[in-house]
Amino acid sequence: MPRPGFVLEVDRSTPSIMFWRGENFSLEKLPAGRSRVVYPPEPLEALKDIDGAIRHALLNPHDQDPLPTQLFPGMKLTIAFDDVSLPLPKMRRPDTRQRVMEAVLDLVAAAGVDDVHLIAALGLHRRMHEYELRHALGDRIYDSFYPRGMLYQHDAEDHDNLAIIGTTDHGEVLEINKRAAESDLIIYVNINSVSMDGGWKSITTGLASYRCLSHHHNPETLENTRSLMGHRHQSALHTSVWRLGKVLKDNGPKIFQIETTLNTDMFPAPFDFLSKREWEWNTRDRATFLATTKSLNRTPIKMARKIFHNMEGPHQMTSVQAGDTDAVHKLTLEKVYEQQLVEVVGQTDILTMGIPYVCPYNPDGVMNPILVMCMGLGYLFNMYRNKPLVREGGVIIMTHPCYRDFNPVHHPSYIDFFDQVLADTTSPAEMSRKWEKQYAEDEWYKHLYRTGNAYHGVHPFYAWYWGAHGLQHAGKVIIVGGDPPTVRRLGFTPASTMDDAFEIASDVVGRNATITHLHAPALLVADVQ
Amino acid sequence: MKRSAPTRLSSVGQLRRAARVGDVAGAAVQAVLRPAKALGFPYRKPSVPKGMVVPPNPDKLGANFETGWARSSPAKAARAVITNGPMRAMVRVLASPEIVGLDRLADIQRADESPAVIFAPNHHSHVDTPLMHIAVPEPWRSNLVIAAAADYFFDKRVKGTFAALALNAFPIDREVTSRKSSDELRHLIDDGWSLVIFPEGGRSPDGWGQDFKGGAAYLSNRTGVPVVPVFIDGTGSIYGKGMKRPKPGKSKVVFGAPMLPMADESTRRFNARIEAAVTALGDEALTDYWTSRQRIAAGTSPKLTGPEYNGWRRQWALAEHRKLGKAGQRRRQNRRWPDLG
Repeated sequence: MPRPGFVLEVDRSTPSIMFWRGENFSLEKLPAGRSRVVYPPEPLEALKDIDGAIRHALLNPHDQDPLPTQLFPGMKLTIAFDDVSLPLPKMRRPDTRQRVMEAVLDLVAAAGVDDVHLIAALGLHRRMHEYELRHALGDRIYDSFYPRGMLYQHDAEDHDNLAIIGTTDHGEVLEINKRAAESDLIIYVNINSVSMDGGWKSITTGLASYRCLSHHHNPETLENTRSLMGHRHQSALHTSVWRLGKVLKDNGPKIFQIETTLNTDMFPAPFDFLSKREWEWNTRDRATFLATTKSLNRTPIKMARKIFHNMEGPHQMTSVQAGDTDAVHKLTLEKVYEQQLVEVVGQTDILTMGIPYVCPYNPDGVMNPILVMCMGLGYLFNMYRNKPLVREGGVIIMTHPCYRDFNPVHHPSYIDFFDQVLADTTSPAEMSRKWEKQYAEDEWYKHLYRTGNAYHGVHPFYAWYWGAHGLQHAGKVIIVGGDPPTVRRLGFTPASTMDDAFEIASDVVGRNATITHLHAPALLVADVQ
Repeated sequence: MKRSAPTRLSSVGQLRRAARVGDVAGAAVQAVLRPAKALGFPYRKPSVPKGMVVPPNPDKLGANFETGWARSSPAKAARAVITNGPMRAMVRVLASPEIVGLDRLADIQRADESPAVIFAPNHHSHVDTPLMHIAVPEPWRSNLVIAAAADYFFDKRVKGTFAALALNAFPIDREVTSRKSSDELRHLIDDGWSLVIFPEGGRSPDGWGQDFKGGAAYLSNRTGVPVVPVFIDGTGSIYGKGMKRPKPGKSKVVFGAPMLPMADESTRRFNARIEAAVTALGDEALTDYWTSRQRIAAGTSPKLTGPEYNGWRRQWALAEHRKLGKAGQRRRQNRRWPDLG
């Protein structure tokens, strides 16, 4: 029986707490008497018979007829699936997408459907490399569909292959992939690592155009999104997305949504100590930690990155549900919260968080400074329900080397964003007004997005907007161990040690400020009362 | 003169001694060279008195070959060295295998105690057995027993010993359903050993598959362990039945999803399902996953046993069939271009 998450009040007997520091970790002593650590629940038990559960979900969907009865010869079928931005780290083979899609394709073949297209719902993310597609879908699906041109990746800039479905009463235009729009049925295969994903967001962002995404991926919407992981009615982004979803439901093709949830068993042995509570580390764990940190200190950063990105998580499926999007997503959220929710009483003055080597926008890539901000203020800060863990005007302390390093293949526009836009302003609203259009319409970035493996030119803006609510909410952001000029370019304050960071924070929140640490891994959503 | 007499006497004595040594040596040589026939009992088998019947010695070859020792720890250690050393190198050089579908075993591989498994591949060549030994993943590889034809592999002591040590082969009767063999196999499974059984019962005589015998299905039904269908492609061209020496080429091993007998499913029906699964994997190996699924759904999967007709048309169809896959094609000779200076 997995133990639930809990809040540890730090006292003198509490050992040092583990913090991520990019491609390394550190142990930090938190002040006794005024600190607490929020620990995530232990991984839920995986489904015993995963393939059986998938078949059951397809044959017994929620608020829809069984999938086989919706398939007929001569129909136009599109199967869309999430890209490799999740789960993190990538899961061991076979990936959930492969399992679900093979089960779906068995039924599709039995129904005699020939016109099947598989589309990676990338949105404005980078196109996946062949090895990533093979990992997500398995060699069998890749070798069957890719050579026939029946497996490809969504292109949000291919205007000949985009179709307008309709407009919301707020004037938001829903423009999605034409093949999907003209299909008799769309089957969407989703992985819900976090509560933010899934539901109508799957299609209305994954298969959408830049024009469509800009309705909700903007500073105003994201500043009013409180929070991404919490209740839908507090999230302006999800409210907009659900409006677009209604347009899709009323005017678009029929949708069969398949959502899956995973447990938080994220790191394989010998790195499984990362998910353990520090006082439960045994001799082997401590030896592994010491050996790892000492070795990583002497390892070239590229090699360390390769080691971490090659890790495959043992996470397993905890639920699968299929059918009507709203009905399915409701069940999915319940399961995600069952895994991730931790009740926390009261807000804190200082929120500390370790930033890992990966976020959803750098699978197999570099965690550049913009992504450090996005991970800290966009994702980890938003891991709350009801109200943020840190009070308004409080201090957020992150730990990361924050090196000025970019992957030019994956993040070409991020480099210019850092040098040009951040040198000018760090205000989401101002950069949106002054710079966004130029980057979004840049022909070179479009070319790299459409033909290479680059994120869309506008993507660094979206990554920055993701943290807009955190930026607006926090009185100060400090990065411990970060490269000072780079940290300052982000508009944050560098600190050498955690004690220095607390000292700097005391200018904003006083000397006896309360501290809360968000323990990672694994994932958790703080239900702040 | 007084001194010459003893000299003459001593030379005579020496001659006599030499003659005696010569006699003894000659007798010894004669004794050695004397035909064994001349030596009687106890150097030879005793003759049987008239009217007496000698009871036959229990046969220790064939299905009665004792292989228990091959599953002891020292034999396992020796086999690990053989498998990971010369056998792997030999298979790589000879068959360049491409191994796919292992992800289908992920669930049972991840289980806390991975269960014993019966692997049921088609059979074209002697290369299939070492190929399976290196293709089967851990944790099953180190606990793998190969069910081998008793009349072929265990007809001679040296051959049987080698098969038991290197392959962990276990003798089974091909022709007769021996209760002893099946009981022993069941005990092996109960002890955690996994099996490779070639359900076709022997190598393909003409390159096409043969109908499956029910051994794997029977054992699975009795023991409750899953059967993993496996399709091996290409080894028939490398060292098929009737070939005098192996010809290096490419091979492909496709693992299928583990199968268990359904409630109240007879051995015959389960066997038919296993055969259908291997057939589907064969189609998948030669075409692709989607085509094979469509053909299964339409009931048009090409049969493992080939077309019904005989004669040259059957061989002709085999050549066409082989063209579909890369496996089995021999490595192209490096072209040597003339040196034009």
